[in-house]
Amino acid sequence: MAKVQDPQMLTANRLRDGEVLYWAKGGWVLGLKDGEVFADPKAADAALAESQRDVKNNTVVATYLFDVRVADGVIKPVKEREIIRAKGPTVRGEGKQASHV
Amino acid sequence: MYRYDEFDAKFVAERVAQFRGQVERRLAGAITEDEFKPLRLMNGLYLQLHAYMLRIAVPYGTLSSKQLRKLAHIARVYDKGFGHFTTRTNLQFNWIKLVDVPDILSELASVEMHCIQTSGNCIRNVTADQFAGATPEEIEDPRPLAEIIRQWSSLHPEFVFLARKFKIAVGATEHDRAALLYHDMAVDIVRNAEGQVGYKVVAGGGMGRTPYIAQTMSEFVEREDILAYLEAVLRVYNQDSRRDNKHKQRIKILINAIGVEEMRRRVDREFAEIKRTGSLQLPAEELARITAYFAPPQFEALPDNMPFGDKAFEDWKKTNVARHRAPGYAIATISLKTVGQIPGDASADQMDMIADLVDEYSLGEVRVSHEQNLVLPHVRQRDLPAIFSRLQALDLAAPNSGLITDIIACPGLDYCDLANARSIPIAQDIAKKFADIGRQQEIGELKIKISGCINACGHHHAGHIGILGVDKKGVEFYQLQLGGSGAEDASIGDIMGPGFGEHEIANAVERVVNHYLAVRKDGERFLDTYRRVGMEPFKNVAYQEQMYAAHTG
Repeated sequence: MAKVQDPQMLTANRLRDGEVLYWAKGGWVLGLKDGEVFADPKAADAALAESQRDVKNNTVVATYLFDVRVADGVIKPVKEREIIRAKGPTVRGEGKQASHV
Repeated sequence: MYRYDEFDAKFVAERVAQFRGQVERRLAGAITEDEFKPLRLMNGLYLQLHAYMLRIAVPYGTLSSKQLRKLAHIARVYDKGFGHFTTRTNLQFNWIKLVDVPDILSELASVEMHCIQTSGNCIRNVTADQFAGATPEEIEDPRPLAEIIRQWSSLHPEFVFLARKFKIAVGATEHDRAALLYHDMAVDIVRNAEGQVGYKVVAGGGMGRTPYIAQTMSEFVEREDILAYLEAVLRVYNQDSRRDNKHKQRIKILINAIGVEEMRRRVDREFAEIKRTGSLQLPAEELARITAYFAPPQFEALPDNMPFGDKAFEDWKKTNVARHRAPGYAIATISLKTVGQIPGDASADQMDMIADLVDEYSLGEVRVSHEQNLVLPHVRQRDLPAIFSRLQALDLAAPNSGLITDIIACPGLDYCDLANARSIPIAQDIAKKFADIGRQQEIGELKIKISGCINACGHHHAGHIGILGVDKKGVEFYQLQLGGSGAEDASIGDIMGPGFGEHEIANAVERVVNHYLAVRKDGERFLDTYRRVGMEPFKNVAYQEQMYAAHTG
């Protein structure tokens, strides 16, 4: 049986300060909750392709797609890595993304 | 301490200016990320999970109070008010902005510091025994040689683009506090049968995916030949190592592929050639010039008179105070492992206040250990109560050096882009479980080391109890390893079996420790008991909950 593809989101780091960014409607936002969720893998790939514009114009680096699940309107990344990346470290309160989650 | 000469200062200033230009060109789009990445890595700048991380070199773990204050200042102004001391005795800042890095490097240069050789496939920052120059055990202070190796290796044209990184450590005591045998290459200062001081050189140690204990390359290298010999080892490695497979590029793989005898033969051939040209002889006057920077401070003539205090002070003295070479003095370890804290972290305020302590009580110098603690190398015994009291106020007086809560932990998945699992919360859970100091003392020496991935920055292979975080379908699991050691009796820990869940691993560790307490013989450390009884009994108790569940489920 073919594996069901989870929805995806697109992320990057801002070049000048490293801030974690999420793709939303052709641009970037700071919070996971404000990011765009792609149910269709083709749409996700298209967003990744479009985002290369910002790689080329040197505003972001390290773009990639990652899997999420959405329940009751709340986005939760599938992998622990992306949960931590979205919220900041679990061991201190200094995560700069925390206020955006 | 070593002080920059004119050449050092000019070299570092030029590197700062060079990187400032590189950052400007990157931000302006004149160079791509692919072009920029190796340049930033050569200056210790990584892009991690949340932000840029800047790794600052602390050569052979020695810092002045002025340098420590500068690190506190950088933490406060450019980061989030804290830094993390690593198992390479470096300091990492986790929340650095690329645009600030040239200014940070400039600030560092003003106190004779930089980030060169903290990343990339070069000879990395040289480490040494944190008790160097203070312990009565050593043959001589290993730091002059470490400094000479640093100068020789800095931007060495032949070794700037090695197949992989190359780590060197220097020691000078029978008791190895610098994990020499887990280094790509290490120099142990020794005395031969004739009483002459020289260098034993080992190579091929390492952790990571394929751990190995270093093997002896030469039992005794004469003083003036040491750079020639080290260069010979590096040259053979550089010429003969595999560059086609990133997992097989370290010197440990080369030595174990061709055999140590063949490696020695190749090194001896290069060594003879380098000696023939005579270009790398270490002049006695240069060795003396460098050694003079590390001349022992003027110690007061004091009698040995260790003060006594309340139970808290006595507990701390028992584990965190070591014998000094000068009568009336002591070496004091500042534990960065207060139960519940992040191993190796220090806040800007703590750094500033430690710098004050260093000035008042330790002749201006502090050390970083590979076990992620700080050391006051030269304190008067009579000042120990005052130092302890000040450390208590900073929450840095944990009496646990070498005990079960003195845990090494890498930053793990909380910060690191390479990690598969978190390390810090596991260290905190275990430390809380064993927080009772009486229980810690009853257990005795027990080194727990935790890595969040196979790269082993947390030295899990060398832990008496090692813990490796792994990712299973996006969920963190933790493998136990027993029987490792990073000391002179170095060994690689044995893998117990399947991993434990995040909420189970601390309990499994506790069951293992309780079993040790039940079966140990008089005077046995955990490591000794493990070596005597083997894995099986520990495995049985570690997995007992799962076995119970399997039988009753």
